[in-house]
Amino acid sequence: MLAIFERDIALAFRAGGGAINSVVFLALTVLIFALAVGPDRARLAASAAPILWTAATLAAMLSFDSIFQADFEDGSLDVLAEATESLGFVAVSKAAAHWVSALLPLILATPPLAVLLGLPAAAYFPLVISLAVATPALSLLGVLASALALSLRRASILMTILTAPLLTPAVIFGVAAANAGAENSPLFGPLLMLLAAFTLLFLIAMPLAAGAALRFNID
Amino acid sequence: MAFDLANPQRFEKLAARLVPLLTIASGVTALFGLYMALFDSPADYQQGDSVRIMYVHVPAAWMALLCYSTMAIASAIGFIFKHPLADVAAKSAAPIGAAFTFLALVTGSLWGKPMWGTWWAWDARLTSVLILFFLYIGYIALWNAIDDKIRAARLAAIVCLVGFINIPIIKFSVDWWNSLHQPASVLRAGGPTIHGSMLTPLILMGAAYALGFAALLLVSMRGELAERRIARLEQTARAPSRATVA
Repeated sequence: MLAIFERDIALAFRAGGGAINSVVFLALTVLIFALAVGPDRARLAASAAPILWTAATLAAMLSFDSIFQADFEDGSLDVLAEATESLGFVAVSKAAAHWVSALLPLILATPPLAVLLGLPAAAYFPLVISLAVATPALSLLGVLASALALSLRRASILMTILTAPLLTPAVIFGVAAANAGAENSPLFGPLLMLLAAFTLLFLIAMPLAAGAALRFNID
Repeated sequence: MAFDLANPQRFEKLAARLVPLLTIASGVTALFGLYMALFDSPADYQQGDSVRIMYVHVPAAWMALLCYSTMAIASAIGFIFKHPLADVAAKSAAPIGAAFTFLALVTGSLWGKPMWGTWWAWDARLTSVLILFFLYIGYIALWNAIDDKIRAARLAAIVCLVGFINIPIIKFSVDWWNSLHQPASVLRAGGPTIHGSMLTPLILMGAAYALGFAALLLVSMRGELAERRIARLEQTARAPSRATVA
């Protein structure tokens, strides 16, 4: 499990590109939102957390279909399937590697973009924390999406249709937690716990489903 | 293989006999239900005659959930026992469920215009039904994207079951989201308990919808089975000619 994780991280950082493209996509989405909302600083600041959450979710969804693609094409997925009984554990490692290599850069890119949108100073920490707690759930969902996508034509748009409804709770509670933290509301802690519960549920359900999907797509 | 083929044949016989019965039962129940709903039930003291939309709306929303549950159960059976009939049932239930969900959304919107003064409100129920509609769309799209029927059935079953686990969470999150953004003044929480004169037509309409769903499901399953048989026949018909070419 750890070996897969280390290998994926090494591959992702040596190949480069992927994470940088995601970050650029995130920045461009924020730019388009800002242009659409208009230059009014008060309006932008009020919608900064929702905009960044939306942009991060979209950027994450775009990175899903590549998770298993390379391993599937070069045959290493077949080797893994031979070597292990449980592809669910493989899915967990892949999700962890995806989070570190694809989503962590997005989270790190969020504060500078928040400056552009004029996010109030008190809101930075809650925004980053809410993203950090919820995004592992996105990676876990992404692993399932990617496992399904292996046998699909025109996978990426279909993956968006399949995953978007399932991650609505993360967006709802994520933005709510970010806002609650910014307002110093007592709801901040409980909302983070709800997000964490959501992530933990995905940690159980998604690798099981992804493992099963991989089995059917390999043979 | 013999078992797999034999069972659909028995199903075929049973379905052929059941479809007309269910259709007639659904039609008769709907006639009674609609008569009671439109003529024989009182107008609401607040909503006036608009309350009659409820008799087509609420059962559609029930069906939206019933169809997804049917899909989930069929998917689980298909996934565990690898029975093609269960796969066919899950696949056939999806478009019907999507149609009922759409009907629930449209009638809800039509009811919302005179009642709330707007076609659409981000009300918790409307929102979660909309998300349910997208779950149906995704499920149907996945079936259409995979050529191999068996693989499509297994992968779609995974998606259906994952969605099924998530529905309560989505519902909960949307309820919570709505209570945060919108005061509960529009919808009175736990309004007046429904009176018998309205409950009877509602139950009748619910029964009519459910019977109609069963009839449509069987028709759709027979269609799917026939399609598969044709595909199999075409394959065997094509096979020898290909062999001579090779």
